[in-house]
Amino acid sequence: MTTRVRRRTIAAFLGPAVAALALVGIAPLLYAVWKSLHYFNLTKLAQERYVGLDNYAAVLTDAVFWQAMGRTATLFAIAVPVQIALGLTIALVLHRPGLTFWKTLTRLSLVLPMATTYAVVGLLAQVMLNQKYGVFNQMLGWVGIDAINFIGDPTNAFIAVILWDIWQWTPFVALVLLAGLSTVPPEIEEAATLETRSNWTVLRFVQLPYLVPSLVAVLILRTADTLKLFDMPFTMTRGGPGAATEFIAVLIERVGNRQFDIGMAAAQSIIMLALTIVLARLYIRLFYREVR
Amino acid sequence: MAAPVQRRNLVGEAVLLTVICLFCVFPFYWMVTTSLKTQVVALQSPPVWVFTPTLANYWEVLFVDKVGPALVNSIIVAVCTTGLAVLLGTPAAYALARFEFRGKTDLWFWFITNRFVSPVVLAFPVFLISRELGLRDTHLALILMYLTFTLPIVIWICTDQFRSIPRELDEAALLEGASQFRIFRSICLPLAMPGVAVSAILSFIFSWNELLFAYILAPKNAKTAPAMAVTFMEGYDVPYGKIMATSTLIVVPVLIFALLASKHLVRGLTMGAVK
Repeated sequence: MTTRVRRRTIAAFLGPAVAALALVGIAPLLYAVWKSLHYFNLTKLAQERYVGLDNYAAVLTDAVFWQAMGRTATLFAIAVPVQIALGLTIALVLHRPGLTFWKTLTRLSLVLPMATTYAVVGLLAQVMLNQKYGVFNQMLGWVGIDAINFIGDPTNAFIAVILWDIWQWTPFVALVLLAGLSTVPPEIEEAATLETRSNWTVLRFVQLPYLVPSLVAVLILRTADTLKLFDMPFTMTRGGPGAATEFIAVLIERVGNRQFDIGMAAAQSIIMLALTIVLARLYIRLFYREVR
Repeated sequence: MAAPVQRRNLVGEAVLLTVICLFCVFPFYWMVTTSLKTQVVALQSPPVWVFTPTLANYWEVLFVDKVGPALVNSIIVAVCTTGLAVLLGTPAAYALARFEFRGKTDLWFWFITNRFVSPVVLAFPVFLISRELGLRDTHLALILMYLTFTLPIVIWICTDQFRSIPRELDEAALLEGASQFRIFRSICLPLAMPGVAVSAILSFIFSWNELLFAYILAPKNAKTAPAMAVTFMEGYDVPYGKIMATSTLIVVPVLIFALLASKHLVRGLTMGAVK
């Protein structure tokens, strides 16, 4: 049974939130669409003019844009499978009974990386990965590997961003998958462990089907967050050296904030937004069936 | 026969758990210890693990380099946006949980979609608008923009919380002649406090951590602590100790809040798709 209420009551409850979110979330977006149809550079304001879809055409044929997209996709394609593999291992260990105190402690420490200010994560990388003063290179030295110039070399800087992304988000994946594992009915799991001694079989045929929703959530959210990724590479390398770690959000920030070409940045961000909305729709369709 | 095998497994497991903990915690250990080093000690190669700690970096960043005011800005912005999000979000969440109306699912989806939108999409148009309105470099601009992620989080978590409160309470109060608002304010809201608290903590964490809006919209007077930390990297002589002292000051409050809400952080980050 649902409570019947007057329209005005509903409007009074929802109105303020909807108005506020429209003001900060939708109005700027419309303004961005409008600006994306103009040549608009903050340093050449006199030359502002309507250019139709020129900015979009320029973005879609711009090698720099596609390279940034490619880098973003590469980061995702390397980091996320590693995060899932490590995360699943951690989740399976935490899911097993016993060692309760240790496991609580581990679960608490897993919360730390994903809550850490993303900008600070990038700064930490600067300090820990420095070729000469960095502790990471010192540790590599202990196992006989020569110090690596992580920040200064294009390939290594990219690897460093991947490593750092893995550090920050593996715990998140682990905890999401752990939540997924807890949806497996314990009776089924127990019955299966009596049937077979192989953990692999239990994982493949009993636990995995229950993990599918969590895995899909991880994939969609990691895609969205990789598209958003700005703070960590920005504080770590500023997108450099060259453009080696210029991911899509870092590129847009450079075009808008350091080249002042806001019309172009707007066009780039609208294209990115289109992609994001597809992801969001997918996510919502898969996970919020019950509210329909 | 079975017992030794099991014991060996447990030892292996304990080792693995320790490795996982160290993996998560070590960067924080290094951050804090580096913040206690003088520049001379910090620039020793290879890095030293044992040294005489000093609080000089903290003294310097707080009182000489204006990290103190930046932290105050961060607190003002995070607290105000959280307060505003709770104020606007809880009635909306109540309406979503209790009332039936046309377009409800669309509205709900729109709230969730905000989780996916990159701040870089909004930052430049807002930069231009705030310049026109004279809001550039003010707390208000940041407080309002942070609603784009704090409001959805409050609405989502509180809707869930209101749904868990039995409707019979509302119905009984309605029969007594209480207004809808009164029911919300005096009956449901107090019962929903755990959810409100969790959503407030998450809002605070996400606002506190935000960099992009802060970096673009608040270059000077309203500069928040993460944006302040970025400026240290500019220049030739990178002051490691000071950077890490600033980082520690930024990170410690969020980590405390994160541990307090540790059970809900993942729910917040996934907008509840994963319980």
